[in-house]
Amino acid sequence: MVFVTVGTDGPFDRLVQAIDLWAGQSGRTDVFAQIGRTSLRPSHIAYSQMLEPPEFHRRFLEADVVIAHAGMGTILSALRYGKPILVMPRRASLGEQRNEHQLATARHLAALGKIQVAMDERELRARLDHLTEVAVLDRTGPYASQSLTDAIQAFIHGRR
Amino acid sequence: MPSGRKCKRVLAIASGGGHWVQLLRLRPGFAGCDVLFATTRRSFQTDLDAGARFTVIPDCNRNEPLRLGRAFVKIGWILLRERPDVVISTGAAPGFIAIWIAHKLRIRTIWVDSVANAEELSLSGQRAGACASLWLTQWQHLAREGGPYFRGSVL
Repeated sequence: MVFVTVGTDGPFDRLVQAIDLWAGQSGRTDVFAQIGRTSLRPSHIAYSQMLEPPEFHRRFLEADVVIAHAGMGTILSALRYGKPILVMPRRASLGEQRNEHQLATARHLAALGKIQVAMDERELRARLDHLTEVAVLDRTGPYASQSLTDAIQAFIHGRR
Repeated sequence: MPSGRKCKRVLAIASGGGHWVQLLRLRPGFAGCDVLFATTRRSFQTDLDAGARFTVIPDCNRNEPLRLGRAFVKIGWILLRERPDVVISTGAAPGFIAIWIAHKLRIRTIWVDSVANAEELSLSGQRAGACASLWLTQWQHLAREGGPYFRGSVL
């Protein structure tokens, strides 16, 4: 099962359309996408605009691979649950978000070897045709680095 | 409280989505505290342990003055009612509002700028410098003398 998610920030039609097209051409029938509030109606994949957290969680865990926008919530979930994830960043220049932070996130996390990234639809298509090569590059525990939570704890209890 | 406060009261507040996921990953930092969690969607309550204190705040961003105003009133009310010892936020706009008001109320504040801001601090994150008692970035290369400081990340 391929699980696609664009998160809660708004639609990301460029991602969904590319995957819909690929599914149609490749005959892949096991794709489910959360596409956000959009007028887009994909024709080759199952989809829902929004998913409540329990259903999102279930579909996420059931997936063999996750394809997503470069949102931190999704990326952190993939790292935590050891899901192979491929991300394509939203572009502010195309009106897909307010600033280019997804581009920054994607670049830096790819450079750290945490996730695989497709910078645009062309790269995405190339990766989709070799989807089994999307691998788990890194895993995290359920919490932030201990140095960070220790610093917060020390501050709260007045030991700065 | 009968004889003084035993545990610290913390308001942990963030927008839904990635900001909320990051806030949850900081939980060991406020273990043992009396924590009120606040975010923009009721459905995220399912991420918390049963019995955790939780409240919903209006979603807003800087382009929507009316919603900003509504969030300001609700968050201000929560702070006056709760009187937390510390307010902690991972962003975005609602979190900034919370630490801004908290700062005025002389409540200590922590801003952890989102790990998504890998090349520059968010606008809220930059402004948070003036009202955060502890001002953090999650990227070493964005840390500066005098803040924001780097102490680790949610990754």
